Amino acid sequence: MEILVNGTPHIIPADTTVAQLLVILELQDKRLAVEINQELVSRSQFDSCVLNPHDTVEIVHAIGGG
Amino acid sequence: MQNDTLTIAGKQYSSRLLVGTGKYKDLAETKAATEVSGAQIITVAIRRTNIGQNKDEPNLLDVIPLDKYTLLPNTAGCYNVDDAVRTCRLARELLDGHKLVKLEVLGDAKTLYPDTIQTLKAAEILVKDGFDVMVYTSDDPLIARQLEEIGCVAVMPLAAPIGSGLGIRNPYNIIEIIENAKVPVLVDAGVGTASDAAIAMEMGCDGVLMNTAIAGAKNPVLMASAMKHAIIAGREAFLAGRMPRKRYASASSPIDGTFF
Repeated sequence: MEILVNGTPHIIPADTTVAQLLVILELQDKRLAVEINQELVSRSQFDSCVLNPHDTVEIVHAIGGG
Repeated sequence: MQNDTLTIAGKQYSSRLLVGTGKYKDLAETKAATEVSGAQIITVAIRRTNIGQNKDEPNLLDVIPLDKYTLLPNTAGCYNVDDAVRTCRLARELLDGHKLVKLEVLGDAKTLYPDTIQTLKAAEILVKDGFDVMVYTSDDPLIARQLEEIGCVAVMPLAAPIGSGLGIRNPYNIIEIIENAKVPVLVDAGVGTASDAAIAMEMGCDGVLMNTAIAGAKNPVLMASAMKHAIIAGREAFLAGRMPRKRYASASSPIDGTFF
């Protein structure tokens, strides 16, 4: 199925969880936060939250800024 | 001076200089300038993680560790209430429930001037949601008062537009805001060099938040040191209470005992 991650289309297996998506993207050990369709997904939900086709996923981290 | 601390949201800080982490040439410079500044509260931005690029790329939090600094995630780049609130909620999740945020809702890309109406709305939502909100605003004393009434933990009027380095353009408004406020007032944005920071502190500001004045200097690490000293000098001068201004001279050496 296709989802949008940080504005870019990605093809992932059906029933992929957020935790599995982070492994696919090689981001599993990073400090980051995730939103699906503009709703925050807490870290404790990463293993249980299953992605749906056409979900819009945002994965963010802290960078330099004032 | 040892007991002269800045208290924000119940936590005490010995440094009254707050610094940003943007615009440095690399993370090594960010680290060095931040350390030299002596700042304890450090602003960061929340942005998309790079996907499919170098996964071993160094991270800002490697050089600004959470156990050493109080991070202040900002809502820079947000032009509406929803984006600002979303950014704060993501930041809280990212930083393990950390509640302190710097709210800024901008109104215009050319001036980066705050949209105070949207800022008030966002502040209200964030305070109700349990955030400790340090709020970037214009130098309008009435808006500053309303932001305090909403429950913001610090009010941060601009000295001049973000990144302009023009110094304090409207000192009497800043003084008015300080005199009316019960929460800390920090000048945020517009400081250009050390004297600007010292002047803000001499006026009675509780602190100064800056980024470009340090990162945009020819030698950012040296400027970080200058800012540290300027903040301390300005604060001590404020506490000492300056002498009154006089129009004419008054001799420093006694007239009595002259032999000529």
